[in-house]
Amino acid sequence: MQADLRAMAASIEPGMRIALPVDYAGVSMAMTRPMIAHGAGNLDLVCVPTGGLQVDQLIGAGLVRSVETSAMSLGEAGGAPRFNQAVKDGSIRLRDSTCPAVHAGLMAAQKGSPFVPLRGLLGTDVLRHRDDWRVIDNPFADQGDPIVLIPAIRPDLAIFHAAMADRFGNVWIGRRRELGAMAYASTRTLVTVERIVDHDLLAEERTAAGTLPALYVTAIATAPRGAWPYGLWGEYPTDTDELMRYARAARTAEGFAGYMAQEAAA
Amino acid sequence: MSGVLLRETLIFTIARLLEGVRMVAVGAASPIPAAGSMLRRALDESGHQVRLSVLGSVKHNFFTNGSAELFDAAGQGRLDAFFLGGGQIDGRANVNLVGVGGYPASTVRWPGSFGSAYLYFTVPKVILFREEHSPRVLVDQVDFVSAPGISPAGVYRPGGPVALLTSKALFHFDKDRPGFTLESVHPGHTAADIAEATGFAYECHGTPRQTLLPDAAELALLRGRVLDEIAETYPAFAADWRRDLATQAA
Repeated sequence: MQADLRAMAASIEPGMRIALPVDYAGVSMAMTRPMIAHGAGNLDLVCVPTGGLQVDQLIGAGLVRSVETSAMSLGEAGGAPRFNQAVKDGSIRLRDSTCPAVHAGLMAAQKGSPFVPLRGLLGTDVLRHRDDWRVIDNPFADQGDPIVLIPAIRPDLAIFHAAMADRFGNVWIGRRRELGAMAYASTRTLVTVERIVDHDLLAEERTAAGTLPALYVTAIATAPRGAWPYGLWGEYPTDTDELMRYARAARTAEGFAGYMAQEAAA
Repeated sequence: MSGVLLRETLIFTIARLLEGVRMVAVGAASPIPAAGSMLRRALDESGHQVRLSVLGSVKHNFFTNGSAELFDAAGQGRLDAFFLGGGQIDGRANVNLVGVGGYPASTVRWPGSFGSAYLYFTVPKVILFREEHSPRVLVDQVDFVSAPGISPAGVYRPGGPVALLTSKALFHFDKDRPGFTLESVHPGHTAADIAEATGFAYECHGTPRQTLLPDAAELALLRGRVLDEIAETYPAFAADWRRDLATQAA
């Protein structure tokens, strides 16, 4: 295990609220095992806006207290086995959400506002089970117009993987703007990248607009193929066979433990 | 026309339901809705441009503002059509994507509500698509409301369900009643079949028609351009389709 990845994981404290990206946006799978080896637990995970393999493995390792998410799955490989088991056992607290509500909560934090109003949701059991959301009457309407308020989501930490960073700490996120949203909303942001380039990404107009400035980035480590078995936009495709291998293995706690031990050795 | 595969009938039906849309988006794991949208785009090409965003596709997705942009576009009223599935769908078009048997500790847990609790409200033409047509999917009442079929007066609701398409039949939804009406049955099915396979009450006027099948030109477009386009995002689906066509030809 790389020393810099281990050092980044070592900065995670028990009970932290951590934002993690959707499977196609750049998941730092390279950080998953260092996080498990470090062992800080009672984590509150925020999936932006859905979760998959990384969240499932952190749950399987017993590090997770709650999950806020719009969905959890392994995509073509089916349901997320350790998550499903934890739901059945009642061993994690669930905060079922809907995708734009996660984005709205991060947006509120980005603006330093306490909440953002969001359409939809009225009459759903998603809303009914969220004691942290509120319904008010739109104060600008002439007559009753109920609307849901989503409180700011301010994670302690965001963790993601991207194609490149420069040696000044700027990270290129291209069109995956949710990675920026996660970083703006979070107190600290840990990033793994395929490579670190020598030139300043902000110096060139072509890359500057798709670059997350170092202001929002706490630490960066290189991790080639760091999203694997997930793919990374513009770099490599998802390894669906590996996701399926995990899905089969992780049906039981023993199978999950075996899979994780084997991969760590590889 | 003989020799039309079931999946081609479904894709063609989705394309028909999308008539007149300017922008359509397709969510995760939805090859048939994606293919139906691609057929619509191809059919309308000479008249007007249909904008299409397929989640998970690089080629058929023009968003540049992250995964929030789809929902922002829907909130702005720019998105005309979307698709929802569901582990359960009931007779009032309530959709359940969360699970069965209690909450939060459900006996069966599905992935979750995704964007349904928002898009069902904001997208004018939501097409419910679920291939499995059985009493365990089409239920009298869902166990968890991810998104409700209708809303009381006073709730901002420009969007909602217009139709339900399954592997057996097509229903349209009347939000004023509210409820489904059997519109047509796919080849090989009868009104009695449908009644037996459906767990909710619906209206049925006389003997239902057979679902319209694509003509030769539409079928050629489906098996040519649409099949090629869908292969980028859903290679396994495209390969299955090609295999079925080869089997049929043999």
